[in-house]
Amino acid sequence: MVAFNLPLNSRIGQGQTFKAPAGAKNIREFKIYRWNPDDGANPRTDTYQIDLDTCGPMVLDALIKIKNEVDPTLTFRRSCREGICGSCAMNIDGGNTLACLKPIEDCKGAVKISPLPHMPVVKDLVPDLSQVYAQYRSVEPWLQADSPAPPDGERLQSKEERAKIDGLWECILCFCCSTSCPSYWWNGDRYLGPAVLLQAYRWIADTRDEATGQRLDALEDPFKLYRCHTIMNCTDSCPKGLNPAKAIAEIKKLIVERAG
Amino acid sequence: MAGSNNAPHRDMMRSPLGRARGLGSARAGAAHWWAQRLTAVALVPLTLWFVCGVLRLHGAQQHDMVAWLSQPLPLVLMLALIVATFHHLQLGLQVVIEDYVHADGCRMASILALRAACVLLALACIISVLKLGL
Repeated sequence: MVAFNLPLNSRIGQGQTFKAPAGAKNIREFKIYRWNPDDGANPRTDTYQIDLDTCGPMVLDALIKIKNEVDPTLTFRRSCREGICGSCAMNIDGGNTLACLKPIEDCKGAVKISPLPHMPVVKDLVPDLSQVYAQYRSVEPWLQADSPAPPDGERLQSKEERAKIDGLWECILCFCCSTSCPSYWWNGDRYLGPAVLLQAYRWIADTRDEATGQRLDALEDPFKLYRCHTIMNCTDSCPKGLNPAKAIAEIKKLIVERAG
Repeated sequence: MAGSNNAPHRDMMRSPLGRARGLGSARAGAAHWWAQRLTAVALVPLTLWFVCGVLRLHGAQQHDMVAWLSQPLPLVLMLALIVATFHHLQLGLQVVIEDYVHADGCRMASILALRAACVLLALACIISVLKLGL
């Protein structure tokens, strides 16, 4: 059955507080989930008081400042700091988003930060994404065509055909959507989740792809696809403004359409 | 039930890709999903008709009810309402069970019990209506 309580060894305790330096005027508290697999202790919430006058505007700027200047043990993923790599996806102020795109001033009160929900935690804010990556691999996210490509150039599309994958190709696989989806929380071992289904639709919608039927066959499953109950958390959380719920609806529509 | 033979998505030593592929696609689910939508749409006018019909019979005696149900249109619509309601009920609750009951045996038993209950209740309703209306 669904677990409504965290197991005993996952209950979150109170951690340390790191005070702001003397003389700091513009202080903001960051309450951050901490868990270290090596110390055998329960997770805890550490509080960091940060002087925003000496910090960049985004939540990722604050995390980097904490790691550089306050607590080097704080562990998180980050790379591009401009919303294109998807590494710094985490739960900030109650919603999944990219730390690099989330302004600190948009958060109310203390900034609460925890890893993407309902994923195994590797350490602190780093979730284990093996399952979603494998699910992504399982939908064969590459162009499949029996017709050989033209010898003198690329496979052609009209502008209208190319426009069909707008709103799909922009997905950066940060998995903010999948990890915000209650259906994915309860049945993530079988349900593919919004990110992977949007990617599957990206190849179904691509007019250069010739495996549409096989792709629809592979998705037509009560658990892989039909666990989507249009809760819409996916679309609500996408930091790139995409609409995975619509992509899933398009897949369901195509499956009904091809039946007659 | 970790390591259950028929649940590859739960075999912890299997590769992540093997778990993600699981038993493959059931090639099913579309009919269920579509039927749930169609019964939902059908139930909008049927329910409105039923509520209006019952309101108009306010204060009526049993023979008025029998007279109403003896007409072909109300009888047919009433039977359609019963079929659509219990079909929709079964489809919807099955989704809830699939969402929340994860042990295979328990899920299967719950779904079978649900189907039995819906079929029996629908039959009871249909026979009651027919006894009144025929």
